[in-house]
Amino acid sequence: MTVAVVRFGGSNCDRDAVRALSEIGVDAEIVWHEDGLPADVSGVLLPGGFSYGDYLRAGAMAARTPIMADVRDAAAEGVPVLGVCNGAQIGAEGGLAPGAFTTNRSAKFQCEHAHLRVENADTRWTAAYEAGEVIDLPIAHGEGRFEIADDELAALDDEDRILFRYCEADGSITDAANVNGSKGNVAGVLGPDEHVAVMMPHPERASLPDIGPTDGQGVLDGFA
Amino acid sequence: MTAYTATVTVRLKRGVLDPEAETTRHSLERLGFEVSDLRMADRFEIDLDAADEAEAREEAEEMAERLLANPTIHDYTVDVADR
Repeated sequence: MTVAVVRFGGSNCDRDAVRALSEIGVDAEIVWHEDGLPADVSGVLLPGGFSYGDYLRAGAMAARTPIMADVRDAAAEGVPVLGVCNGAQIGAEGGLAPGAFTTNRSAKFQCEHAHLRVENADTRWTAAYEAGEVIDLPIAHGEGRFEIADDELAALDDEDRILFRYCEADGSITDAANVNGSKGNVAGVLGPDEHVAVMMPHPERASLPDIGPTDGQGVLDGFA
Repeated sequence: MTAYTATVTVRLKRGVLDPEAETTRHSLERLGFEVSDLRMADRFEIDLDAADEAEAREEAEEMAERLLANPTIHDYTVDVADR
């Protein structure tokens, strides 16, 4: 049983994801999207990158590749699916998760650290944390601003489907801490079911003790 | 079959922040223009063959629904002309 890390043309966090998963003892392998999803995968990780050059909208092309039908089928059968950064954009474009990720408020590509407040610690992706805990993960995106209709955002909140919000170091939710201008400071959300999640920050880039903090390991524990 | 060009215009819904348009507006003001507001849109000119104009329009609308627009953030319009 292996986690499939789906590689599209332009994915560039696929190897990082495999390495971060192996660091926590989760078997993972890269799957080229044209080869389709292996039948017996234990999870699916849609990695970061710039699939199809971010043409049209980030994630728009990859979301409509045949393997994404396999991923939706796997998700429907209960296989855990996590989309990170470009994978989050692909997941939202592909109907795995609500909302859309679009141009940052700054209109710039931003590569920096962000504080995230854990909103719901009662999911496989956040069980390693406490509700209200502040973690530090890197972001690296130009189209990460979460957009959704106000009533749909309120519904997500009511259903405890917001995983992380951009926050200050002390956990307060402010506009200044909202790195990309996301609606409701949202950095990560659940799909309709708890085993499907997308997030713009990079847990796999904060998971190797040799190169720095490991706040991201807890998210990847969702595959364990 | 008749040859048509379907023009699909995709724009952000009113109220959705458009940082690129805002940056462009700022640059126009730096050049001395007075601009109250500025909106940007993507235009797709699609050459296709269809039995009639209605069929060409239907085809282009499906393209917009399934790929060209993201219904969460976009509205779109379709115009069809003979080619």
